[in-house]
Amino acid sequence: MQCDSCGKKEATVHLTEIVNEKVTKLHLCEDCAKAKGAEMEEHFGLSDLLAGLADLGSSVSPEAVSAVKCQSCGFTYQDFKKVGRFGCSECYEAFRKQIDPLLKRIHGTNRHIGKVPLSTGPAGPVPEEKKNLQDIKSLKSLLEKAIQSENFEEAARLRDSIRDMENKNKSGGAAK
Amino acid sequence: MTPDDLLRKDSEWLRGTGPNADIVMSSRARLARNIDKIPFSNWANKVQLEDILVQVKEASDEIDFLKGSTFFRLKDLSEVDRLLLVERHLMSPEHAKDVEYKGLIVDPKEIVSIMVNEEDHLRIQVLQSGMNLVECWRIIDEIDTAFSKVLPYAFSAKWGYLTACPTNAGTGLRCSLMLHLPALVFSGQISKILQAISKLGLNIRGLYGEGTEATGNIFQVSNQSSMGMTEEDLNDNIDRVVNQTVSREDATRKSLLAKSREALVDRVSRAYGTLKSAHIISSTETVMLLSAIRLGVDLGIVKNMDRKMVNELFILTQPAHLQKIQGRVLTSNERDVKRADIIRERLK
Repeated sequence: MQCDSCGKKEATVHLTEIVNEKVTKLHLCEDCAKAKGAEMEEHFGLSDLLAGLADLGSSVSPEAVSAVKCQSCGFTYQDFKKVGRFGCSECYEAFRKQIDPLLKRIHGTNRHIGKVPLSTGPAGPVPEEKKNLQDIKSLKSLLEKAIQSENFEEAARLRDSIRDMENKNKSGGAAK
Repeated sequence: MTPDDLLRKDSEWLRGTGPNADIVMSSRARLARNIDKIPFSNWANKVQLEDILVQVKEASDEIDFLKGSTFFRLKDLSEVDRLLLVERHLMSPEHAKDVEYKGLIVDPKEIVSIMVNEEDHLRIQVLQSGMNLVECWRIIDEIDTAFSKVLPYAFSAKWGYLTACPTNAGTGLRCSLMLHLPALVFSGQISKILQAISKLGLNIRGLYGEGTEATGNIFQVSNQSSMGMTEEDLNDNIDRVVNQTVSREDATRKSLLAKSREALVDRVSRAYGTLKSAHIISSTETVMLLSAIRLGVDLGIVKNMDRKMVNELFILTQPAHLQKIQGRVLTSNERDVKRADIIRERLK
């Protein structure tokens, strides 16, 4: 079988493309398949999907948002919309107004409740706060269990403790 | 250890043992981590990228679990060697591109691999045979904690581990299970199951093939969201959903065996016959036939092979492995011949 693209070489790669439920079969030689593969990757990637979500939740004009710049690495929000990746960890803080709704859309939440590292840069929690965070984590998992077992009194008590601790963290100032 | 050494030895995750190993081929946990104050790998300059490589290498030398591991500078490896690492699931296909400042740490049992300067500074991965996310998490948690004693991670109390792509932020954890679901495919139940799984916040896709086809009936299930749940809960969530899928596949296999035994034995035996006698075979056909053989082994229809042999053939018959075994670059047609040779040799 000849390659559908160049018509010269033997077709050894067989692609099935589905666009709008229409199935197209393509038989390509190795070289044309490589070119086609690169083209497809360029056409569509995660960044395109993210870009669709990236303008969420902002009352400022899209142009003004795009111009927001991370002071640490020089990345702009426009750059993020193009590649779907941030420049550095400080970008999260620089674009926080856009990031909170974006994370909510991706993960259903914008709060981390998992593991906390032993050492972090200045962006991370200070030691007492870290302990606090670990306590909050275990309280949250207790809360979930209490709700599952329909122990609502216990759940309410846990909810209040978590709220208190979270407020304490916030008033501590350093937490983000 | 060199890539050639990998070729000569067994990977831990291909053993074909562990919980539910007849249906769950392997488990994988992956953590995305970055060092604070250095731009993410795609945006860092040459000096910073070199610095990341050095920092990670030095930190890894101090970690007990990584004793005896090898640190590869990918630019020092040939293209075929890099592809070999991808085929062995030790690194992503993306990591094999633009390799100037990329590194890979691999432990001798191929349980742990760490990509350095993929889109995040560190991508730690742990592979296990069978359904064993708990063990994957235990190991990866230990390694990650050890790194965090030395490397200041980019972390925010609110958003968790900060990653180049916001889809990985929070825990930075992606857990996945590789499932072999031939009975659900044959019986036409698979599309319903795929739909149900994706509604539960998990991703499911075919491992080989593209679009809606899953060549070889092998599927990969992973968590979609990485934030707002503890790592244990993320694991537990996948385990529960996959447990249901596993019992459904198991029940369907039993019912196929009871109701259409001859048809099943015919299918498996034909696959065996073809693999045993073919002189030219494509990768797609190989994967399809190996799927039938694996089912045959699981159901006791094929008696002179075990799961480990089948698992290894899935890997050995891929392009870079064939070329390493042959010792030179092969064209696509030459590979089809070499592939058939290796399979016949193994099935003797």
